[in-house]
Amino acid sequence: MKVGLFIPCYIDQFYPQVGIATLSLLEKLGCEVVYPQGQTCCGQPMANSGFEHLTSGCNTLFVDHFQDFDYIVGPSGSCVLHIKDHLHVHGREDKATHIRQRIYELSEFLTDVLKVEHLQARFPHRVGIHQSCHGQRGLGISQMSELVAAPFSKPQQLLKMVEGLELVELKRTDECCGFGGTFCVFEEAVSVKMGKDRIADHVNNGAEYITGNDVSCLMHLEGILKRQQSNVKVLHIAEILNASIN
Amino acid sequence: MEHKHQEHAALADTFNANEPRVNWHDETLWWVRQKRDRMAWSLPEWEELREAASRIKHNVLGNLHDYLLEFEKNAVANGAVVHWAADAAEHNKIVLQLLQEQGVKRMVKSKSMLTEECHLNPYLAEHGIEVVDTDLGERIVQLAKEPPSHIVLPCIHKKKEEIGELFHEHLGTPAGNADPKFLTAAARQHLRKEFIQSRVAITGVNFAVAETGEMVVCTNEGNADMGAHLADVHIACMGLEKIIPQRKHLGVFLRLLARSATGQPITTYSSHFRKPKAGQQLHIVLVDNGRSRQLGREDFRNSLKCIRCGACMNTCPVYRRSGGHSYHNAIAGPIGSILAPNLDMKEYADLPFASTLCGSCSNVCPVKIDIHQQLYKWRQVITKEGYTGKTKAAGMHAMNIVLSKPGLYKTAGGVGRWVMRTFPAVVNNGMNPWYKQREMPAPPKDSFADWYKKNRK
Repeated sequence: MKVGLFIPCYIDQFYPQVGIATLSLLEKLGCEVVYPQGQTCCGQPMANSGFEHLTSGCNTLFVDHFQDFDYIVGPSGSCVLHIKDHLHVHGREDKATHIRQRIYELSEFLTDVLKVEHLQARFPHRVGIHQSCHGQRGLGISQMSELVAAPFSKPQQLLKMVEGLELVELKRTDECCGFGGTFCVFEEAVSVKMGKDRIADHVNNGAEYITGNDVSCLMHLEGILKRQQSNVKVLHIAEILNASIN
Repeated sequence: MEHKHQEHAALADTFNANEPRVNWHDETLWWVRQKRDRMAWSLPEWEELREAASRIKHNVLGNLHDYLLEFEKNAVANGAVVHWAADAAEHNKIVLQLLQEQGVKRMVKSKSMLTEECHLNPYLAEHGIEVVDTDLGERIVQLAKEPPSHIVLPCIHKKKEEIGELFHEHLGTPAGNADPKFLTAAARQHLRKEFIQSRVAITGVNFAVAETGEMVVCTNEGNADMGAHLADVHIACMGLEKIIPQRKHLGVFLRLLARSATGQPITTYSSHFRKPKAGQQLHIVLVDNGRSRQLGREDFRNSLKCIRCGACMNTCPVYRRSGGHSYHNAIAGPIGSILAPNLDMKEYADLPFASTLCGSCSNVCPVKIDIHQQLYKWRQVITKEGYTGKTKAAGMHAMNIVLSKPGLYKTAGGVGRWVMRTFPAVVNNGMNPWYKQREMPAPPKDSFADWYKKNRK
């Protein structure tokens, strides 16, 4: 199984440790993983800002780099959803379709494709899961509180395999954190207020760490936590699933 | 000088200046959302009901022409007078004419978001006719000279103490009394007088049944009934999309509407109006006002399925923290943000951007409107039409250039991180909206691509 590792731009630039943890985790689980050099960005920042017509450069690069893999895996529900919903390249639609059908967010790849049932990981801390909207509602990686449907959560299923980890319950299980791409700067006041409220729910329920499937949301929450001089830290789910004994 | 309103972000910024009030607003609406959840979970067939409602409305939108004519034929046979209004101006003119024929200077109106959309009250005021809104929440915002901030809970932004003050000023209740029971009783007394004196009553319409030519109006206060039954003339104003094919379909919508709106199994009054009683006139004004245009836009057609329950507002984390008035439109929140650009794309160009696209709105919608996907689509349309700010457009073009060229992206990233590490003040300053209340991420020396090159290849 040849897996193409998709590392979104902001992870590449600001959170390389998340890329490393993702790669290492997939390798540990027996995947042949290749990171195609030269990949940049999925194009979502432009598309969500109303400039989808400017994403053809990104789309072409994406198809160039990922057309030959059995699976494409990325540690970001939001970027994966963007590709799944919007990747099109004129004249290469078959390749784009292959990618759209074969791209997975990391945790759903682990549960649905690799069908992981055990992990050798230990993280003896109280952890709150931030269910990022695009992964949850867009990719359907966990049940949504608005729908009358049976509960499930792929990230939770995985975190339960981590030794010593205690999941904290939240008052609002899946409220948006307010990152929202360029929303975080163009709607600064509401964005920050949403982030503060999201953090308060985790802190009030005793979380030492906030984890999730999207570094973008976590980056926003981390920015507020640091400004608050809080001891609560954020970690991407890959970093916890890949955590060795400590 | 051209009128330029403040945009959502600026209005929301002002709203957020008072954080305890934002908390209160958020909690109040979240409480309604939770009530809605409990009610939804009480019906195992909830998701099937939503699907059924969505499909019935799909059928309606595909056959709107026929259903409207069927409704008109049956309504006329029932003794109603049917008027057609192409837009808000025509609607207002028709209503004014009916009022002038009756020679009234003051009349009662129960809740109707359509008349808000058409700005009927100020129009009639200009022509010397005073409208008394009889829905309690609407009456409160009317006394406060404010528009409703929510389509179901028009004065949800007001605290009971503020309502006490308004009532003291306008209805003569004792100063400092903010007891909801007392204030409600005072409002009831005040409104009773209006109902008894009013010769004309305007109501909205929740559902119009093509098969029978009847209309259903849902209220919790019975105010539509009081107005319509006591007056000589009942004017019902409705948007074209309020049609449902048959009476039997009402069961689907009435079960969904109240549960989605307020978490009640059904509204207190679901009143059917079919024939005018002896000596009474019943007028129905069917209003287009952009609806047929929206029907013609395939991407946005589904927005016409809306039954105005307000569930998308209660669940919207942005609405809860920015308040209804920040949407500067009769219909606020996620649904308003996809309806408004159809009315005036330039005026409401900001609204589709006032969302994180979290998708919660689409999930609560009882008729399964793809709200967040339409918000995304409006962004593309609005940008292409040139209604996006020049700075944003320039930024996006620059981003496209950098992200389309791997070498440039790598260099720019490396330089950017170096600058952030070496001269943090370049980004950590007041010019950077991220930095105002958040720290920037710590820029590492090596990107992931750099690490990979060193460690795997």
